[in-house]
Amino acid sequence: MAEHQTQTIMRSGLGRARGLGSAKSGTAHWWAERVTSVALVPLTLWFILVMYKLIGVPRAAIATWASSPVNATLLIALVLITFHHMALGLQVVIEDYIHNERTRLASILAMKGATGLLAIASLVAILKLALAG
Amino acid sequence: MTDVREAIFIGHTTDGRTVRRPMSPHLQIYKPQITSALSIFHRITGCALSAGTLLLVWWLVAAATSDGAFATVSAVVHTWLGHLVLFGWTAALWYHFCAGIRHLAWDSGYGFELSEVHATGKLVLIATGVLTVLTWLIGFVVV
Repeated sequence: MAEHQTQTIMRSGLGRARGLGSAKSGTAHWWAERVTSVALVPLTLWFILVMYKLIGVPRAAIATWASSPVNATLLIALVLITFHHMALGLQVVIEDYIHNERTRLASILAMKGATGLLAIASLVAILKLALAG
Repeated sequence: MTDVREAIFIGHTTDGRTVRRPMSPHLQIYKPQITSALSIFHRITGCALSAGTLLLVWWLVAAATSDGAFATVSAVVHTWLGHLVLFGWTAALWYHFCAGIRHLAWDSGYGFELSEVHATGKLVLIATGVLTVLTWLIGFVVV
């Protein structure tokens, strides 16, 4: 005689109706935002000290500063982590305020494209300053 | 219904009529509090700083491009409006920095008592003011 197996569905009726389920990838997003924010604490303080040195100096002096591998590495780290943190934050803002599915997806993709291009532009600029002067 | 999430707004009155439930919180009638004000201010400064990175990218790209491009950035930054934008940028940065550390403390499980929330909130505001002014005072001396 076959045993009857029963399975209790833990999701609420509303949860199934909405088809959204639980948090999905929310934890990874939340965690990445925290990790980047922790990294940005020392990098931001370093950046402010750097700006005292670099504001108002000629181009050649910036290139000389960037030719130090330590400076270039930290500046690249700052820029990449800043844009990553920014994209994560702006995505949540867009998701909170834009309710239309198509507009929301289009806005997120446009924002990701813009932050990605800005990050790459900064990276290219820093490498050019560091390597070519 | 344009969005499946609209389902959570469906409610019924005592006489059975279907109504659209109100969204909470009612921002128009909510009393502004330090908790909610600092929360939305964290988001506003985050967005402002995002726009502010355009200035940083412009500066970096111009420095890597030509003397002419770099001179343009320098000229714009050294107007009174440029200085005002930079001052606002500094203030937004310090606010987001301090409020962000407050968030990290919450994430680690500290500071949830209402008295602590109010105290750290005020501390963030004071720290933002002090650090912003200090940053510019040091700037005037050093630069």
